[in-house]
Amino acid sequence: MKDVFKKPDSFFDEFSRSAGVDKEATHYCPGCGHGNLHKLVAEAIDDLGIVDRTVFVSPVGCSVFGYYYFHVGNVQAAHGRAPAVATGVRRALPQSIVISYQGDGDLAAIGANEILQAANRGELMTVIFVNNAIYGMTGGQMAPTTLLGQKTTTTPYGRKIANEGYPLRVSELLSTLTAPVYIERCTLEDSKTIMKTRKAIRKALEYQISGKGFSLVEVLSPCPTGWEIEPLASREWLTKNMVSVFPPGVYKERTDAEPRTMEPLKVLNAQEVLGALNMSAGPDQRVASIPPDFPTHELVLAGFGGQGVLLLGQLLTKSSMTEGKFVSWLPSYGPEMRGGTANCHVVVSRRRIGSPFVPRPTLLIAMNQPSLEKFADSVRPGGMVVYDSSFVKTASIPSHVTPVPIPFSEIANQLGNAKTANMVAAGAIIALTGITEEESFTALIKKLRKKELIETNLKALAAGRESALALGIQVAGVGIH
Amino acid sequence: MSKELLKGNEAIVVGAILAGCRSYFGYPITPASEIAETAALLMPKVGGTFIQAESEIGAINMVYGAASCGQRTMTASSSPGISLKQEGISYCACAELPCVVVDIMRGGPGLGNIGPEQADYNQMVKGGGHGNYKVVCLAPNGAQEMCDLTMLAFDLADTYRNPVAILADGFIGQMMEPVEIPAPVIDLPEKKWAVKGTGDTRDNLISSIYLKHDDLEAQIHKLYAKYNEIEKAEVRFEEYRLDDCEYVAVAYGIVSRILMSAIDEARDAGIKIGMLRPITLWPFPNARLRELSRHVKGMLVAECSTGMLIDDVKLAIECSVPVRLYSRVGGNIPSATELGIAIRQLQEELP
Repeated sequence: MKDVFKKPDSFFDEFSRSAGVDKEATHYCPGCGHGNLHKLVAEAIDDLGIVDRTVFVSPVGCSVFGYYYFHVGNVQAAHGRAPAVATGVRRALPQSIVISYQGDGDLAAIGANEILQAANRGELMTVIFVNNAIYGMTGGQMAPTTLLGQKTTTTPYGRKIANEGYPLRVSELLSTLTAPVYIERCTLEDSKTIMKTRKAIRKALEYQISGKGFSLVEVLSPCPTGWEIEPLASREWLTKNMVSVFPPGVYKERTDAEPRTMEPLKVLNAQEVLGALNMSAGPDQRVASIPPDFPTHELVLAGFGGQGVLLLGQLLTKSSMTEGKFVSWLPSYGPEMRGGTANCHVVVSRRRIGSPFVPRPTLLIAMNQPSLEKFADSVRPGGMVVYDSSFVKTASIPSHVTPVPIPFSEIANQLGNAKTANMVAAGAIIALTGITEEESFTALIKKLRKKELIETNLKALAAGRESALALGIQVAGVGIH
Repeated sequence: MSKELLKGNEAIVVGAILAGCRSYFGYPITPASEIAETAALLMPKVGGTFIQAESEIGAINMVYGAASCGQRTMTASSSPGISLKQEGISYCACAELPCVVVDIMRGGPGLGNIGPEQADYNQMVKGGGHGNYKVVCLAPNGAQEMCDLTMLAFDLADTYRNPVAILADGFIGQMMEPVEIPAPVIDLPEKKWAVKGTGDTRDNLISSIYLKHDDLEAQIHKLYAKYNEIEKAEVRFEEYRLDDCEYVAVAYGIVSRILMSAIDEARDAGIKIGMLRPITLWPFPNARLRELSRHVKGMLVAECSTGMLIDDVKLAIECSVPVRLYSRVGGNIPSATELGIAIRQLQEELP
């Protein structure tokens, strides 16, 4: 015998998760629209053959207990956050079907941003939005959809424009977005409108199944308890009061939306992961050959933003790293980076580095006057101040440190590229301090992507070295021994 | 070349991907933004998801969703952003969802500034959201640990089905150091509890609702039984020059690095001091500190907060020896010289 009427497969036979004593009935009040709507959703899940693929997300509100009834994967979410949670689910499970079932307080008040953004991203999900113009679960407070003049426990004198503004029309609002493929508002007034809702829910799910995009069905639903009206009268109240404020209809439908194919996530092997990162794993194979008397260098490099001092610091750090030395690089960060001065701290040592923060450098590289003024006094006795004499005209440098004026920018200009001043500085620093081998540094330059820059930079490096050597400064003592 | 020069923030994403994390949900904030930027760059290369979420709240709830499906997933932010994520972390803890949350601390309260601080200690280590729960809290002090501890964080999260936090500061996030790249984790633990959108997971439910008081009490007891296991098995710390010490200094993150330098100088000057650096801030190395307290004259806690870590040190040793605080806040960090002075003062006070 054929079943004419049966419980959908996507409903539990018995609501054993329910906290109530009665495991047969739902927790919804008599006359509530959720019961109708749950059935329409469950039947659609059955008929569309997606019961195994479906994940039902229920946030806070009367529908918080969706998982009592729907025998599909269930994720309960925080108030308003269902579209964000559903996004996480959908991205982790590309082949699932995700239903976010939300009330008006949840979706249109606390979760207004989440629904707006999920819709705007065009997440492949279906949102069932129950609009009953009130907070049901918490006991009849005002919702964003509460009607003008409507009395609730938090609008005891009726909703006033001056205090609460107008009822929020979600379908209209979301239909202004480009991404959503289907938005319709339905109602649960009578059997005819219920059948229309039935169709809309199916259509919304089909749009998700075909990979076309985000769909939402807003359903005007009675809340006899919240409205303090008898169940039958509440359907009439809905027709009389809500339908004119929230007119039913299709607000958006993009039948021509391009379907997305959702492949299952690919699991990569170790080689593929490392390949994607462009890295290789395992301990460093290089044999470090650091001279036993190599001191600890603590550098401050400073200049105008755009002079390349951060990069200069990084390259000296990286070059030293390739020699097996312990290194650290610490930048000044944040708004300072944009337009103002930039500085970084570099430590290179043969021993494990404690503080990467350099309040008292052994070596200051100042690429402009303000940097010299700011940091010259902090240099340790016996230390060195290397500065760009093209910009620094009056240098007041403490007597216990060695000043090294070199016109980095002028040299770079003469070589035809003002931007290589930092490389001129690198050549000088390496020659003066032996912080790293010029060979290691050259190897890094040779890895640059723009081939034409390699030659220019190597020339700048050599010019920096020669300019430093020409000064004939005795530098053996620099660094902490 | 197997050593990479990485920013701490970049090393976190590398570690996450090596650990099998395949989704990142985040919101930009200094000084943590490089984590999102690196994830945006790398996640698509391993078939993973990167979403710049609408808010910190959106991000943690996306994490909640992806974690519900059994995926290794994470988010990261800095102090004010972490405040916003706390509700979601509480939900994850109650629903027993494994996930990793990174906090690159900056100056607070309020908008504060973007300098390094450690004043999120209480909101992370003590569980900053509502309700009875705890978050395993790892405190890296260099780029290598940013990578390694992120990998460990995913393992701990899965093992105990609990959120795990990485608590670092602006300097540890921004600093570049060499990182030896660990081997990728390929065989991830099976998660039978997860919702997978399949027929055999239809019975699975991820929820943090326990309507009946007895049920919620039972769930909380279940969580705390788990936390007891974590306290027994997962305490991690580093000892630095503690042999024959008469004084112990305690610090984590950037302060522990500076303290190392200060201790070296103090040792050169003949002061017998060493450092205990908690790597797990919760669970806290209570037993080792208690043991040390029996042999030393006093302790020094250095932190970039007004005295949060010190509370846990005092509790651990039941105030059995004097504990002194050296604190810098507001984006300032102590110099090795300042810490050296604090060490000498400790010695003078407790010769």
